Amino acid sequence: MEHTEHQTTTAGEHAHPGPAEYVKVAIVLAIATAIEIGLYYITSLPDAAVTFLLLFLMVFKFALVALWFMHLRFDNRLFRRLFVTGLILAMTVFAIVLTTFQVVR
Amino acid sequence: MATTEAAQETHRTATGLDNRKLGMWAFLGSECLFFGALITAYLLYRNSSTQGPYQSDVYDIPFTSVSSFVLLMSSLTMVLALAAIQRGDHQKLHVWILATAFLGMTFLGGQVFEFTVFVREGLTVTRNVFGSSFFVLTGFHGLHVTIGVLMLLQLFGMSTAGRLPQEQSLRVELVGLYWHFVDIVWVIIFTVVYLIP
Repeated sequence: MEHTEHQTTTAGEHAHPGPAEYVKVAIVLAIATAIEIGLYYITSLPDAAVTFLLLFLMVFKFALVALWFMHLRFDNRLFRRLFVTGLILAMTVFAIVLTTFQVVR
Repeated sequence: MATTEAAQETHRTATGLDNRKLGMWAFLGSECLFFGALITAYLLYRNSSTQGPYQSDVYDIPFTSVSSFVLLMSSLTMVLALAAIQRGDHQKLHVWILATAFLGMTFLGGQVFEFTVFVREGLTVTRNVFGSSFFVLTGFHGLHVTIGVLMLLQLFGMSTAGRLPQEQSLRVELVGLYWHFVDIVWVIIFTVVYLIP
């Protein structure tokens, strides 16, 4: 039953990808990590640009793992909603805290 | 016993979804708030220390980069373990589960080494507010990785004892969700704590 859940899915679900696709995602993650580390050592770029690029790559890697490895892209939408609710709540609350204490302006 | 477990695997729910998986996602949603609080505390206090050592004195970016890469690749081995049990390939399940646990333990070994170096350089949890917020954040993450490794070893033990049939692949999936979450938390910590100038 559990196995067939991944083959014949309920509304809003799709079959999970295969090992080859997982390896491709891991290669992209490794490249993104290499770029992040490279950015750390680039001194010719302004700090603001480095910070922006690092945050972009962080969100990109987070999304790749959550959507492919955690199957949020393929599983029922309810799982996505539960996780995203916690994520948005956390980002909102702590953005307010950081703004209040002027860490982020 | 086997009949009872099989019955548990096929139980019906109002949503049509397995309650254990729903519970795991709700738990992971709440963990966002937990780690969000620790990361926010770190951002608030990292530049507030009145005495050293400071971040630039202790961080070893090449070493932490390797640790981060190791943890990231453990997510690949974890998802390959799930794919293996869903195909009913227990031999590959064993290989990938052990590989994931090994990579997790390698990451933990790196963290213990990093903490030891920091303490030798004078940075302790009570030395300054940077040290307090850093050790609490990365320490709690390390605790989560440790729990993940223990769950992986338990799965391996169950599988080798023949108590993890293909029909119970959800157990591997639940541990996998927890493991990937621990990985994505480190993706954030690595960028925010170590890399951002």
